[in-house]
Amino acid sequence: MSDGEDIILRDLNDADLVEQMKDDLYDGLANEVHEATQILLDRGWDANDVLSDALVEGMRIVGIDFRDGILFVPEVLQCAGAMKSGMELLRPILANSENKASLGTYVIGTVKGDIHDIGKNLVGMMLEGAGFEVVDLGINNPVENYLAAIDKHNPSVLGMSALLTTTMPYMGVVIEELDKRGILANLPVMVGGAPLNQEFADAINATSYGRDAAVSAELARALVGRNR
Amino acid sequence: MRQGRCLVLACGALAKEIVALKAQLGLSDEDVALQCLPAELHNRPREIAPRVDEVLTARRHEFDRVLIGYGECGTGGALDEVLARHDAQRLPHAHCYEFFAGTTQFAEIVEAELGSFFLTDYLVRNFERLVITGLGLDRFPHLRDSYFGNYRDLVYLAQLDDEALQKQARAAAERLGLNYVYRKVGYGDLAAALAEIGHV
Repeated sequence: MSDGEDIILRDLNDADLVEQMKDDLYDGLANEVHEATQILLDRGWDANDVLSDALVEGMRIVGIDFRDGILFVPEVLQCAGAMKSGMELLRPILANSENKASLGTYVIGTVKGDIHDIGKNLVGMMLEGAGFEVVDLGINNPVENYLAAIDKHNPSVLGMSALLTTTMPYMGVVIEELDKRGILANLPVMVGGAPLNQEFADAINATSYGRDAAVSAELARALVGRNR
Repeated sequence: MRQGRCLVLACGALAKEIVALKAQLGLSDEDVALQCLPAELHNRPREIAPRVDEVLTARRHEFDRVLIGYGECGTGGALDEVLARHDAQRLPHAHCYEFFAGTTQFAEIVEAELGSFFLTDYLVRNFERLVITGLGLDRFPHLRDSYFGNYRDLVYLAQLDDEALQKQARAAAERLGLNYVYRKVGYGDLAAALAEIGHV
């Protein structure tokens, strides 16, 4: 950084650097978050701590401001891009870590008839940050896709997403099928998406409703008994 | 106050069309009063129901009938709760694309290509402001594929047969990296709904 007024990340102590990372993540500064992540790793930080103390905590703040109408989707996507840049460094370390804090597998997908995935992708990223192995089924998933993924991955939690009022009832179809097959009794099902609310989640017998990405990650942790 | 007076409270994206339809149907301002809410609420659907509630709380008593110029529009049932409280009706569709195209044709388009991104005359005219600026693509052009990566077609559901708008719609499709599809659908079910409430 050539500008005298710029902050030199390497000159900051750990506490200030973590605060600066949260600010940079909030501002969507991917290069800065990437650099700061590397600095903390160089200083001997555990990858899990970098993830939870800086990146996940930063995105939690983003989630609150999104909920409160201070940030909007474009800004949140920028923040997500910044988190992703840090995750790129952490992911391989976490994958090989003996200290890997996996909370199990979380299968997530957008329901049949719906191709929207921005919210789902944000939730997936936060879940990964929270310690889940995320299996992303993508978009436009019929019930068969969920059933096959449950069979294959034996997830701790299933998550479904929908953006459209016309597609969200399909979540109820999936839950009903899981119930018929005796799966629902042992598999928590989370639902989320812009037009949903708690009332709808209750009506279709979902285990919980994730209002936003950060809340969804916290709820998922709670569902597997690992809430902070 | 005139007996039988009607309020149409609509999305700003329908203002021009409703004015045109009123003229076609011979409805005066005394018959049908039009009030619009900002079209930008399309990008923030949670705000639609509270804004409609605000207007109806203030003005419902002035009118015998109210037509809400919105579909469900992603409000997750919140709009219908408000309308039930105020004895008001909305268009019985999920969104404006469906009531312009008609339910059958809309279903056919989506069935043929789920990844269809729709524009109307209003959205073509205001593409830059509502889509490019509204989605932050002016500031963050690299987000285009995050928004539109799962779409294949841009379907222009035209109200008017306007070559200049068609040219703009085609340019919008190119800008978003989508195939351009043109359908002249006119005013669809909006015309029937307005005729019905205006002439009760």
